[in-house]
Amino acid sequence: MLQIEGVTKRYGDRAAVDDVNFTVGAGRLTGFVGGNGAGKTTTMRIILGVLGADAGEVRLDGARLTAADRRRFGYMPEERGLYPKMRVHEQLVYLARLRGMRAGDAAERADELIDRLELSERRDDPIEKLSLGNQQRAQIAAALVHAPSVLVLDEPFSGLDPMAVETVLGVLSEFAAQGAPVLFSSHQLDVVERLCDDIVVIGGGRVLAAGSREELREQNAGSRWELTVDGDLGWVRTASGVQVIEFDGDHVVFDADPASAQAVLQRAATSDAVQVFGRRRPTLTEIFREVVK
Amino acid sequence: MNATSFRESVFLVAGREVTQRLRSKSFVISTLILFAIVLGSILITGFISRANADSTAPVAGVGAAIAELETLPGVEVVEAATIAEAEQLVRDEEVDAAVVPLDGASADGPVPFEIVALDEAPGGLVGALSIAPDVRLLEEPGLPFGLLYLVAFGFGIVFFLSAVTFGGTIAQSVVEEKQTRVVEILLSSISARALLAGKVVGNSILAFGQIIAIAALAALGLVLTGQDVLVADLGPAVGWFLGFFAIGFVLLAAMYAASASLVSRMEDVGSVLTPVTYLVMIPYFLVIFLFDNALVLTIMSYVPFSAPVGMPMRIFLDQAAWWEPILSLVVLAVSTVIIVMLGARVYQNSLLRTGSRVKLGEALKG
Repeated sequence: MLQIEGVTKRYGDRAAVDDVNFTVGAGRLTGFVGGNGAGKTTTMRIILGVLGADAGEVRLDGARLTAADRRRFGYMPEERGLYPKMRVHEQLVYLARLRGMRAGDAAERADELIDRLELSERRDDPIEKLSLGNQQRAQIAAALVHAPSVLVLDEPFSGLDPMAVETVLGVLSEFAAQGAPVLFSSHQLDVVERLCDDIVVIGGGRVLAAGSREELREQNAGSRWELTVDGDLGWVRTASGVQVIEFDGDHVVFDADPASAQAVLQRAATSDAVQVFGRRRPTLTEIFREVVK
Repeated sequence: MNATSFRESVFLVAGREVTQRLRSKSFVISTLILFAIVLGSILITGFISRANADSTAPVAGVGAAIAELETLPGVEVVEAATIAEAEQLVRDEEVDAAVVPLDGASADGPVPFEIVALDEAPGGLVGALSIAPDVRLLEEPGLPFGLLYLVAFGFGIVFFLSAVTFGGTIAQSVVEEKQTRVVEILLSSISARALLAGKVVGNSILAFGQIIAIAALAALGLVLTGQDVLVADLGPAVGWFLGFFAIGFVLLAAMYAASASLVSRMEDVGSVLTPVTYLVMIPYFLVIFLFDNALVLTIMSYVPFSAPVGMPMRIFLDQAAWWEPILSLVVLAVSTVIIVMLGARVYQNSLLRTGSRVKLGEALKG
């Protein structure tokens, strides 16, 4: 488990991140979302030790991070980059060895990943000869090649076509399933919503919301309800304490306090068979809009 | 990072620098051309000077002059029966000159011959036939100016070329990592110091290897052209040059790397390297133009940037006491340690600052 505790980084008077706290659980894919300049990249750089924090610290399973721990992390920076003239396989082996892997293991593991990320035909091409999408795959392989103990990816999906997104999603889920904490940032909220176990929302350098996906949706559910019955629901529009948001014959979405909502449910149940009734849980996009506001 | 992983990292980075460089066609070709120039120029000048020494000039002689001419080196005697015949040989340019006996009253003078030439006095022959007083030198004879110039030029150009070539390579490699952003991945794996050390070690190995190869080729060339004596004369100076270069290059490499880390784009490398380039250019010009000025050479031999050129030159000229190169080497080593520490600081503080050029003051402060 990776714990980020009270991390603060200032540039002059401006705090890029301000007292940031959250945890990335072992084996859990954690999505890190926020607008541009929210502090995602700064936080990730501090986790990796590429940047020093002015206050706070990062712990791994309760112990303060050492350089040796960090050497076993996997990292994909926001600003992509590999050596343009080095060949894919050779480069992966080099990066794995810089992180302390033995040459033989590194070569084997690089081949596995090249295969898994569908780069086999490009194995011995220089990076600069690859298409942008393939360079991105190579970059992901570079983050994973040394079987990292913690994986931190800054916008891993930007620039990938939908097929490649699926491939990478598969690789990441597999990797998280083996028990390592995985933190990644993304602007693609639908992907985060579909993939992540936990979500951290950051804005203006502060954590605005953090928790498991379901918790967050529950917490932000508010007082919006939805009801579907076998029959007409026109009467809901005139029910007391209810404001209808969407209406479609047998389906209605409305805002109401819990008591008024229960009254609507009871009346519906007396006349028709109720198919669906419940709190309308917001999508991540809705939550994001709400908390960042 | 503990000591083992630091060493491993330095080794890996240095290994990459070397293999990537050796794989570059332009590097291999330019190195081979340089080697060919070194060996070729020594062989050619050697053969030309030997050919000059072996050549003989035809000179006509008449009567008693023939015996006199035969004692001279480099003269091919053409016998002529009469003075008129000898003059004709000169006119026909069959011979360079003729030596004929004087007749009448002149024959009693100190020299009983006269030299007949076409339109120019043959200086060599006049000198050879003149009676020269004995010369007693109060000090050991010095080496010829031309040779000194060549040696000074040799040390100067080899130092300058290697420093600029391999310093430039380091600078490019630093900026490449910044420009392609791979540096962020590297820094999340190893420390900036390990990265810098690896680059300096890798390129120093290449530079030093090239210098040793040049020295070996030069020695080979001298032996092949029969100038073995010169090898013995140059030996100690070249040995010290290698030693000074090994340390001096590390100092320059650290400066090149630190300077380059201030910028983020290849286009800006040239301007940011200008101060360092001057530092390696100045000793080069000084040694070529002022190698016979003992004071300038003495100062040069202690200033860290010029010591690799200045001290070997003084050793070659026999101007340095035995302890002087050792003292200068210590001065160089201490300044190298200081510069490497400052350079590492600048490097570390500038690597992740992309965009506009980082000010040196800021980079030092961190």
